[in-house]
Amino acid sequence: MSYDPFVLPFSIGLVIVVILILWKYFRWIFSHEKAERVKILKLIFSFKLFSVIKEIFMEVLFHRRIFKINPVLGYMHSSFAFGWFLLILGGTIESKMHNHHAFNMFYEPIFFKFFSHNIDGFPFASGFKFLMDLILLYILSGLMLAMAKRLYKKMFGMKKTTKLRLIDKLALTSLWCIFPLRLLAESFTSAQYHNGGFLTDNFGNILAKFLPVDQLEYPAWWAYSIALGVFFVMLPYSRYMHIPTEMVLIILRKAGFKTEKKYTGFSRVEVQSCSRCGICLDACQVYATTQRNKMLPAYFLQSVRFNKKGKQGLTDCLMCGRCQEVCPVGIGINAIRRVKRNELFDEKGAEFEYLEESSIKSKKADVIYFAGCMTHLTPTIKRSMVALLKKAEINFWFMDEDSSICCGRPLQVLGKEKDANILADKNRELIANSGAELLVTSCPICYKIFKEEYNLNIKVQHHTEYLNELVNIGKLKPANLNFSAVYHDPCDLGRGSGIYNQPRELLGRISRLNKSENEKEMALCCGSSLANLPAGFDDKEFMASEAAEQLCVSNPDKLITACPLCKKAFAQACNERKTSNQVDVKDIAEVLAEAVA
Amino acid sequence: MADFGYKIQEDRQINYDSNDRTLFYFLKRVEPSISLCIGCGTCSATCTAGQFTQFDLHKIMLYVRRGEKVHIANEIKKCMLCGKCSLVCPKGINTRNIIFQTRKFIHSNK
Ligand code: SF4
Ligand code: SF4
Ligand code: SF4
Ligand code: SF4
Repeated sequence: MSYDPFVLPFSIGLVIVVILILWKYFRWIFSHEKAERVKILKLIFSFKLFSVIKEIFMEVLFHRRIFKINPVLGYMHSSFAFGWFLLILGGTIESKMHNHHAFNMFYEPIFFKFFSHNIDGFPFASGFKFLMDLILLYILSGLMLAMAKRLYKKMFGMKKTTKLRLIDKLALTSLWCIFPLRLLAESFTSAQYHNGGFLTDNFGNILAKFLPVDQLEYPAWWAYSIALGVFFVMLPYSRYMHIPTEMVLIILRKAGFKTEKKYTGFSRVEVQSCSRCGICLDACQVYATTQRNKMLPAYFLQSVRFNKKGKQGLTDCLMCGRCQEVCPVGIGINAIRRVKRNELFDEKGAEFEYLEESSIKSKKADVIYFAGCMTHLTPTIKRSMVALLKKAEINFWFMDEDSSICCGRPLQVLGKEKDANILADKNRELIANSGAELLVTSCPICYKIFKEEYNLNIKVQHHTEYLNELVNIGKLKPANLNFSAVYHDPCDLGRGSGIYNQPRELLGRISRLNKSENEKEMALCCGSSLANLPAGFDDKEFMASEAAEQLCVSNPDKLITACPLCKKAFAQACNERKTSNQVDVKDIAEVLAEAVA
Repeated sequence: MADFGYKIQEDRQINYDSNDRTLFYFLKRVEPSISLCIGCGTCSATCTAGQFTQFDLHKIMLYVRRGEKVHIANEIKKCMLCGKCSLVCPKGINTRNIIFQTRKFIHSNK
């Protein structure tokens, strides 16, 4: 057995980090009920296991999703993860083959060159020398990029890079030291015993010309070991915890875990899986508009992790979901934000007793039409809907014609679940009493809560879906009006509910539909989202005009959307627009009403 | 009592010695746009809750300035936080945040 005291910092660090990580795994998993834990076992003993392993390999080591979004950044991340993995794997095989023994001490592969000066004499020995140096070079090239990223973020096509906490800085420094120190230590050794490959051997020979390599060798190995040890001890408390966490995240997610109404062990796993890669920074419109940054997932998740409840950034977010869409780790950011809002704000603050005396009575009908509060501020939408429903000869009840009870989602997104439930109960009763089979709404905000939280036993549709269906079955026969149009996906309808095709199909029949830069999953928010509490009038107006500007690059005749809030925001923004080409802002129901008239 | 179609009005003098304006100063700090209110009443005209009951945001804005806390505490509970009022306010006041913060203030100062 080879031993030297310098292996101690590394070995102690490794033992500590393994114990701490296992403890964390244990706590995360055992905070769930037994019934849920069984799902993990089921996954492990099924064929799905292979896809899990594949995903771990592709994401944790290779960072495929980061590659897709930003190749340079992907290369940087994978050089560390995949490179280090290869270095350990290669070192292990090399040292075992050299010793002709399957068992050796766990530190031997790491410090192989120090212990084994004569490493020829086993199959592929020179090949290994070459390979190990190549891998080291691969990591070092990634390291250069990482350093450059901190200095020149533009090179990565990123406007911003994440700011660091003290412990992250320490961990980062020790991580950055590890590989250059390994290069030095191996080079010093190789200069004397010529056991290195093309990199360390040549580099060592150059160093030997003007440095006393025989005296420097031993301290260099100590320094390498200390850098490793320090990094390991820091790891569980720094952002690098994401490395051992992401694997667990992938497994649990595949097993069917999800953050829903409570902050669970799984939520913890999600929060700690954030690598703070900073990809979400450039997706956020609130940040781009206001330069406030507390709401950014990279910072928000961190403040949640260290138990600051994320108070500051908690409400200053549109919950538009753009950051979640680009997050390469796939963290359910919106759900975590909602859970945290509930924790902080869900005291009973409202009293809606007065609703008991309300005069709204259910009416028997086949279809219920619910315009929604906001649609009452854009009355042409509801008038168009009523006209269309009459034209299609639908037996419908306009539920909130005279006075509307709010659907509850505006309260819910602010974390006031209890208050929201009172309103939901009232609406649910009205809906049930009408005996209808279908509920159609014009507002994507209402749509989402009706569909996902009301537990109605009837079908719920947004008017884009319903109108498209009516056209498809021939109840409405629109003419082709042949104007050019661009469609804006409202957050709650697009990203929130996955409805992208129906409005496009419908618009394809009556107009020439142009594409725009950020479409579908990456659509911008109009800025009016009710989830953001502190954003003021100017912030919203600015976000709306930025989004409108981008949508109207192709100079369409009409800008069409499917949400009263988006419509209002864009109509206002386009009025202010100084460009010569004025665009007409319309809801999809309005243009369809024109087309069938 | 015979109904003559009119009644004796309650005393409506504003007594700044007994009124407590801390809420107003708190709101000015967390939502400065409150200072822009011109009392036009548009918010009340559009209010979702106002369709069902006597609830008047523009009156509340006035009471906040005057510091009539008891009245505010009873009234503010009726709001559904739907946000219509912030969309129609001609001065672009973030009324929804004002209501949210008022509730929080009342809740933590009970
Ligand atoms: S939330 Fe996702 S995108 Fe944002 S820093 Fe974390 S891992 Fe990267
Ligand atoms: S949900 Fe939207 S507003 Fe909120 S942090 Fe993400 S990108 Fe920004
Ligand atoms: S609409 Fe705006 S300015 Fe008018 S009373 Fe209401 S808050 Fe004040
Ligand atoms: S947010 Fe409250 S005060 Fe404003 S319109 Fe809605 S119910 Fe009325």
